[in-house]
Amino acid sequence: MSENKVPMVESARVSKSFGSNQVLKSISLTVNRGEVLCLVGPSGSGKSTFLRCINHLETVDAGRLRVDGTLVGYREKGDKLLELHPKEAALQRREIGMVFQRFNLFPHMTALENVIEAPIRVNRVPKADAIRRANELLARVGLADKGNAYPAHLSGGQQQRVAIARALAMDPKLMLFDEPTSALDPELVGEVLDVMKQLAKDGMTMIVVTHEMGFAREVADSLVFMDGGVVVEAGDPREVLSNPRHERTKAFLSKVL
Amino acid sequence: MTSPSSDARATGNSLSPDGDTPAPAIKAVRLRHPWRNLIAVIILIYVVAFVWDAANRKAFQWEIFGKYLFDQRISQAALVTLELTVYSMLIAIVLALILAVMRLSSNPVFKSISWVYLWIFRGTPVYVQLVFWGLLSVIYPTLSIGLPFLPPIVSFPTGDALSLFSLAIIGLALNEAAYLAEIVRAGILSVDRGQEEAATALGMSWSQTMWRIVIPQSMRIIIPPTGNEVISMLKTTSLVTAVPFSFDLFTRSRDISAETFTPIPLLLVASAWYLAITSVLMVGQYFLEKRFARGIGAARSDKTVGTVTGAIIVGANQATVVPGAATPGPQPGKKPDRPSDRSGDEDPR
Repeated sequence: MSENKVPMVESARVSKSFGSNQVLKSISLTVNRGEVLCLVGPSGSGKSTFLRCINHLETVDAGRLRVDGTLVGYREKGDKLLELHPKEAALQRREIGMVFQRFNLFPHMTALENVIEAPIRVNRVPKADAIRRANELLARVGLADKGNAYPAHLSGGQQQRVAIARALAMDPKLMLFDEPTSALDPELVGEVLDVMKQLAKDGMTMIVVTHEMGFAREVADSLVFMDGGVVVEAGDPREVLSNPRHERTKAFLSKVL
Repeated sequence: MTSPSSDARATGNSLSPDGDTPAPAIKAVRLRHPWRNLIAVIILIYVVAFVWDAANRKAFQWEIFGKYLFDQRISQAALVTLELTVYSMLIAIVLALILAVMRLSSNPVFKSISWVYLWIFRGTPVYVQLVFWGLLSVIYPTLSIGLPFLPPIVSFPTGDALSLFSLAIIGLALNEAAYLAEIVRAGILSVDRGQEEAATALGMSWSQTMWRIVIPQSMRIIIPPTGNEVISMLKTTSLVTAVPFSFDLFTRSRDISAETFTPIPLLLVASAWYLAITSVLMVGQYFLEKRFARGIGAARSDKTVGTVTGAIIVGANQATVVPGAATPGPQPGKKPDRPSDRSGDEDPR
C-alpha cells in the first residue's frame, strides 16, 4: 500500500457491555483503506461483537468508532452525541458489507434474487441493471450457473460465496467477515478463502474474524489477537504468528496452529 | 467388486463365494392382531346398529331432510355463510398481519395499540361483540368523518351506511383478527434471527425486512393454523343471528323449522351443509400446505406435512379438532438447527 495511509476504520477506546458482562474493553485499532485485518482469538473474546459494532448491529457504550471518518450510529453536534434515526443507520450500513458464519441467505429466494434484493429495494437500482451486476458478481465468485438455484440446493461453500456476492452487490467500501468458514465442511473452506483472497487482491478493505491462520499469514496486512475483550497483541501477521510475545497469544496459537 | 462387509461370516475371514448376489427377501409369518380385529368388528356392529336405527327413527324425519337438503333457501343460505366466512377471514388476515407487525415493532405506541386491541377482542365473547355491532346504530346514530372538535366533513346515518351483512362481517373479522394476530406473531418469531440481521446489514429498513424477508418465510408456519381458523370461522358464522343477521345457514334452517315445526331434520340439513363445506376447505388446506412445504428439506416427510392438520392451534378461540387430524402440523417455534436447511424453493409471496 502507499505511504499516505487513509484510515477506513478507526476504533478509539471502544467498550461494550451486555448487562454486567463487559465484552469489549477499550478497543483501539485502525484499519487503513485497502488493508486486510484479521481478528483472531478464543470464542467469547469479543471479536464478533466488535465486528457487529462496526456496522451498528450492536451499539457501543463508550469510545468512538468511525468508518471512513464518519461516526458509527451517532452524529456529533458540538460535544453532544445524537442517536441516529434507524433510516440514517441503514444508510451507513449499506456501505459496509457483512458475511456471516451461517451465511444467512434468504431461503425463499434464488441465489440471483438474494443478490439483487438489496440493490433494488435499498439503492433503487433498476431491476435489469441489478440483474446484470448480480450475474457479474456470481461469475466472480465462481457461481455463474447457479443464479436460479435456491440456497437449500447449494453446498455450504456455494452458499457462502453467494452471500459474499450479495454483500458486494451494494458496492461496499468495507467488508466484514464473521468467521466465514467456521460452518463449512473442511473441503469447502478453500473455495471461500480463494474468493476472499481475490477480493483482498482487488484492494477491498476487509476485517476478517477467523481461525484460518494460513489465510491470515498469507493475506492479512495486520493481525489482532483478542482475549477477554481486550487487544492482547497486534502487528504483522507473520511476525505475531511466528513470534508471539504474550503468553496468552502463545497458548492460543499453540492450540490452533 | 469385493465387499468384505456384506456377507463375511463372523467365524471366518474368507469371503463367501456368492457374496455379490443379494440375499432373498425375507418371508416371515405376519404378526397377527386378533384383539384389534375383534374390537373393530364389535365397533362395526354398533355402528351398523346405530345407522340402521337412525335410518328408521321417526324423530329424524328423513323425508323432510331429503325435501329441504337442496331447498333453494338452504343452498342460498349456505352461500351466504360461505361469503361471511371468506370476507371476514380476508379482512381478519390483513388486520392480523398489521397487528402482529405492530406488536413486534420497537415502537411502543404501536405495541400498546396492538396489545389493547388483543386484550379487548380476545377478552370478550364473540357473541357479545356481535350484539354490540348490531346495536351500533343505536349507540352511534350517525357516522361522521372529520377531525375532533371540528364540524364533520361527511356525515351519514349508520343504518344506511352499514347493512346487517357488513356489520356481521366486521364483527366476525375484528374478533378473528385478534386470534390470527397471535398465529402470525408465532410465525414471525419462528424465523431465524439471522435473517433479520442479514437484511439489516444490507441496509434494508425494518419494514422492508419484515415484508420482504421475514413474513414470506413465516407463511409456512402461519398457514396450517390459519386453515384451522377458517374452518372454525365457518361455524362461528352461525352466531351472526346476534347482530341480528338471519340469512346464514343455521339461522335460515331455524327459521324454516319454526314454520314447519320440524327442528330435527333441519338441524341435520344444516349440519350436512357445514360438514360438506368443511370437507371442501380441508381439501383446499391440504393442497395449500403441500404447496408451501415444497422443497423444505428431507427432515419433513411429505406425510407429516401433507396430513390435514387441525390439532395444533396457536391461540385459537375454539378447540376445534378436525376429524381425521391425526398428525399435528409443523409447530410454530420449532426450529431446525441450521437456518439454511429450512429454505423452500417456493416463493410464498
